[in-house]
Amino acid sequence: MSGPAAGSTPPLGETGPSSEPIKAIRLRHPWRMVFAVLLVLIFVFFVIDAAFRPAYDWPAVGKYLFDRRISMAALVTIELTVFSMVIAIILGVILAVMRLSPNPVVKSVAWFYLWIFRGTPVYVQLTIWGLISLIYTSIDIGLPFMTPWISFSTNAALNTFTLAVIGLALNEAAYMAEIVRAGLLSVDKGQEEASVALGMSWSQTMTRVILPQSMRVIIPPTGNEVISMLKTTSLVTAVPFSLELFTRSRDISAETFNPIPLLIVASIWYLFFTSILMVGQYFLEKRFSRGVGDRQTNKSDAGAGGGLTGAVPIVGAGQPTVVLPPTHDTPGTPGTGGTP
Amino acid sequence: MSGTTATGAASTPAPMVLAEQVTKSFGSHEVLKGITLEVKRGEVMCLVGPSGSGKSTFLRCINHLEVLSAGRLSVDGELIGYREANGKLYEMAPKEAAKQRRDIGMVFQRFNLFPHMTALQNVMEAPLRVKGLPKAKVEQTARDLLARVGLADRADYYPAHLSGGQQQRVAIARALAMEPKLMLFDEPTSALDPELVGEVLDVMKGLAKEGMTMIVVTHEMGFAREVADSLVFMDAGVVVESGIPSEVLANPQHQRTQAFLSKVL
Repeated sequence: MSGPAAGSTPPLGETGPSSEPIKAIRLRHPWRMVFAVLLVLIFVFFVIDAAFRPAYDWPAVGKYLFDRRISMAALVTIELTVFSMVIAIILGVILAVMRLSPNPVVKSVAWFYLWIFRGTPVYVQLTIWGLISLIYTSIDIGLPFMTPWISFSTNAALNTFTLAVIGLALNEAAYMAEIVRAGLLSVDKGQEEASVALGMSWSQTMTRVILPQSMRVIIPPTGNEVISMLKTTSLVTAVPFSLELFTRSRDISAETFNPIPLLIVASIWYLFFTSILMVGQYFLEKRFSRGVGDRQTNKSDAGAGGGLTGAVPIVGAGQPTVVLPPTHDTPGTPGTGGTP
Repeated sequence: MSGTTATGAASTPAPMVLAEQVTKSFGSHEVLKGITLEVKRGEVMCLVGPSGSGKSTFLRCINHLEVLSAGRLSVDGELIGYREANGKLYEMAPKEAAKQRRDIGMVFQRFNLFPHMTALQNVMEAPLRVKGLPKAKVEQTARDLLARVGLADRADYYPAHLSGGQQQRVAIARALAMEPKLMLFDEPTSALDPELVGEVLDVMKGLAKEGMTMIVVTHEMGFAREVADSLVFMDAGVVVESGIPSEVLANPQHQRTQAFLSKVL
């Protein structure tokens, strides 16, 4: 019952009746089996049927799956996802911190941003970004109502790829902001107090104390957002940007008059990427939820402050995540309950 | 500054803490109803009383974690949270308030150590970030402080791997790292297992002996009797009774004090 090992010996085990394993006839669940068999049969029927249905045109699927245009489009989809997400995460953190700022002006700006970008459909936003050069024909840098110092044409400065990234990122930032805000709010209030009591400023408290601890809560939903973003890239056709996976497949099928196999090809690629992301997310979540288990056991003795340690060294600042071996030489064992 | 001079008490006129009619309301609920008290330099004052009596709130007012509704509070002759000029009070900028807090150490009931930092990093954080002192020097001081609270060998442990008593001692070291002139303890042993209380109280006794000015909200009457110079009994937001701990504890004058002490002693 000492330190990190505490989780492996649940206290409930001690109160169990006897050590002898129970011998009893297991409860049977015959209907589970029936349903399972039924579902497998339906699935097999569907697969066999699909294999011989000409509309699916499997040879075409095979032909286009690794078509160079398609694989290039898949790469562009990845680029769109990565660029937009990176910008969205940075912007989201800034917005979340702004929303929690004591400064009412800053707070309102963040709220307004969220209101606009979360309140309108991303497809509409992307379309508007596509038309931005009609609204603002040139980008001028300078003072209002005076000859600008620098001026360039919007069309030349922003190509459709850039506009697609901007559109996706700004929309996503609104959602990221809420995720980050939830993370920041999940950190115990005592942490902020301790930091402030030490004379640390609000920004130091945020960056050094609150943000690092909120990562555990922020990471899993962010993984979700990445997967979601990968699929949302298919909407950039609204800009119109046409080199990503879905639009490219549609364009090819427009030439071949054979849309179904290309939709299957696109779906396979999307599924491939989301599968990779899901695996990645699984490991990230495991990494960041580490210690949450012993957070429960520690909570009783360490109180709120210590309890949150479950997150152990998230940012770690290059520190190896030491899970120290249980030490028995200490007088107080952290496994014991703390009733005052 | 660090309070290492044991006999600095009598020589200076201004008290370390001076509270005059300190009042604090949360909405319509008045938690503090005019607290007036004085803590001299080097004095150890214990605040006792039933929960909800406003002890913790008063303590938090002293380092401006709570803003007063009325009254005045000054530490070391300096008004807390406000600047006075031409007979008017000016609200302090957060930066100035932060500067005042540097000199006031606070220890919490729930320790509130930074869980993502080791014990050593916890102690080093504020001197590094707030005072901007060189890292090598800060680390040396931090190690010395951890040794002082008996945790030299736990420097590289994360709070999760320390017992409650050890965590609280790290928290004390963390507060001391800023070389405060006043230490506030908000029920420092209330969240601890009974067998861990002693190690924390020992560290606090040591501090008191070195002449640190301390205000301790506690239920440890033994500590109050042994270490404190004065004892203040609060109930329902007012100071009911105060005096020399041994006298108040042995012979409480007020009925409410008697009732409370009969339950805790």
